[in-house]
Amino acid sequence: MAKRPIEPFLWTLFSAGGVVAALLVPVHLFLQYLAFPLGWLRAPSYERALALAHHPLGRIYLFVLCSLPLFHWAHRFRYTLYDGLQIKHINELIDLFCYGGAVVGTALAGYLLLTMA
Amino acid sequence: MVSIAADAVGHEMKQAPAYSEFHPRWYRSRVSTYWWLGKWAHLKFILRELSSVFVAFFVVLTLLQIWAVRSGPEAYAEFQEWLRKPLVITLNVISFFFVLFHAITWFNVAPRAMAVRVGGKRVPDVVIAGSNYAAWVVVSAIVAWLLLGG
Repeated sequence: MAKRPIEPFLWTLFSAGGVVAALLVPVHLFLQYLAFPLGWLRAPSYERALALAHHPLGRIYLFVLCSLPLFHWAHRFRYTLYDGLQIKHINELIDLFCYGGAVVGTALAGYLLLTMA
Repeated sequence: MVSIAADAVGHEMKQAPAYSEFHPRWYRSRVSTYWWLGKWAHLKFILRELSSVFVAFFVVLTLLQIWAVRSGPEAYAEFQEWLRKPLVITLNVISFFFVLFHAITWFNVAPRAMAVRVGGKRVPDVVIAGSNYAAWVVVSAIVAWLLLGG
């Protein structure tokens, strides 16, 4: 794969995303998508969920949770296809899909959280 | 400091390198597409890389949930109901194990990524990995407190 000057920057995003995915995602996933839906713990009310998305710290938390891990995915997924499945002839397309997806997701998270009514 | 004179200095570079008729070609042995199935270490590597797909899935769910909160109480209730579907629960159980796998492998390689030195001595790997796990426990407790009602 050709070396590009943007590579160190992308690697930093990958690394930061890896930290977020390791520290924050397991507990958030366990509570929101397993413990609450399965009724092991009482799910927060709508008002409570809205309050979290309104609070400045809650917004920063949700934004970090939805942005950096996407760049982590982009980096790993790109190399999984490259090294694992040895798909090397459509590099540009894969890069566009991975990093484009991460940028779109980040922009969407920023938009949704900033314009929360 | 020793000054090193480059061999090429003072000589003009040729535009096209001259190849002899029988110039050797690179030999690259073909690697199977499924090379990573043969050895546990290789499979572990691919599983670790694939954990990122579940991280992305988690982000998509979280974005949908934020969207639902924005759209009002009915949309939120509908989304919470959708999360109870057996298929969604199954996907999230698989996701949870992959995310745990990512976290554990991430913290375990942390000592190799961060070579911390205190007083000229390298901090032992166990201490660095241990502090990462300790941070994990503290951060998880804060997030749980935040989500469970503060």
